[in-house]
Amino acid sequence: MGLTMGLEEKLPSGIVLTSVEKLAGYMRKSSLWPATFGLACCAIEMMAAGGGRYDLARFGMEVFRASPRQADLMIVAGRVSNKMAPVLRQIYDQMAAPKWVIAMGACASSGGMFNNYAIVQGVDHIVPVDIYLPGCPTRPEMLMDAILKLHENIGDAKLGVNRERIIRETEAAALAAKPTLEITGLLT
Amino acid sequence: MNDEKGSFGVSGTGDTSGYGGLVRTQVSPGSSERPFGSYFDEVADELERAYPEFNAGIERILVDRNELTLFVKRSHLIEVALMLRNSETLRFEMCMGVDGVHYPEEIGRELHAVYALLSLTHNRRIRLEVALPDGDPHLPSLVEVWGGINWHERECFDMFGIIFDGHPGLTRILMPDDWQGHPQRKDYPLGGIPIEYKGATTPPPSERRSYQ
Repeated sequence: MGLTMGLEEKLPSGIVLTSVEKLAGYMRKSSLWPATFGLACCAIEMMAAGGGRYDLARFGMEVFRASPRQADLMIVAGRVSNKMAPVLRQIYDQMAAPKWVIAMGACASSGGMFNNYAIVQGVDHIVPVDIYLPGCPTRPEMLMDAILKLHENIGDAKLGVNRERIIRETEAAALAAKPTLEITGLLT
Repeated sequence: MNDEKGSFGVSGTGDTSGYGGLVRTQVSPGSSERPFGSYFDEVADELERAYPEFNAGIERILVDRNELTLFVKRSHLIEVALMLRNSETLRFEMCMGVDGVHYPEEIGRELHAVYALLSLTHNRRIRLEVALPDGDPHLPSLVEVWGGINWHERECFDMFGIIFDGHPGLTRILMPDDWQGHPQRKDYPLGGIPIEYKGATTPPPSERRSYQ
């Protein structure tokens, strides 16, 4: 929780904390620095998103950092092979918290068309994923949409006691959720 | 050579696709007789003149789809390669890489290594092909002849299990170091996991119904 580490534990959950949450969230979401993690064709679309036509700089995101120490968002763009998996995990571990992950494209989300011995079937086997982004490959517009949705999430992030409550609630919901195989309806 | 029916997958289940009539016959082109046409005669003549063991070292010569392939015995591979590189009239300075091929039905010649050569001096391209048995997959390394083939031989070893004797550092290049098996061989399983989604399970591609 970089920015307000230490302070938030002493704050009561009330107006003061809400204001701090808003301020911290606004700052975090407005200057999210992605780590370069282009692996395959999705990386080409990711580069296009960073270029002049789609211009990620509008959202404070144009600086793709070559060092994970300076990045707080990892866009996994492409299929992850079993050999690449430990490298990906190490890069994720080297990023300073708070950090977020976008699984960009079908391959990073689920293995995609590569259902075989060499490819990790979804990058969520290795790192926690915040946004799954479909597409093969994903268009820059969709990447931007995912990033903006992530920005909303980050902007609304809670601190201190509220954060702990949210984490508990999310985990309880995840444990109660049915596995995909048992789901029959459209979204339930 | 052999017939291939339908698409890939397991057999023994009913065909619902209507593609059951697909039969492809694969025929090996065999060998060619002189004149080969183009610059191929010149290359063959020059090699025969420069290399005294031409008849013993070259199994057969094939011209197919306007490309020349020399089938070389592995015992003569290095000599032929040196001759092709050094001879003034041949001058194949570059080796574009080595490809592995697995023919499980060719007993005693299961693995093939295919070298693509380029002569910058004469603007010519030819191909060398070597066959070796699965039980003894050893080939002399050509790194000493063409340095650029180093990583290609590592890849060929990684994917097909052809062991290049004399290679300076023959380790896996694509798969993790502790990987078992050689994935590009025909008998290597594709792997994959069943896909579970909304009450249905789809088996991995290699275990799906064959549309024959």
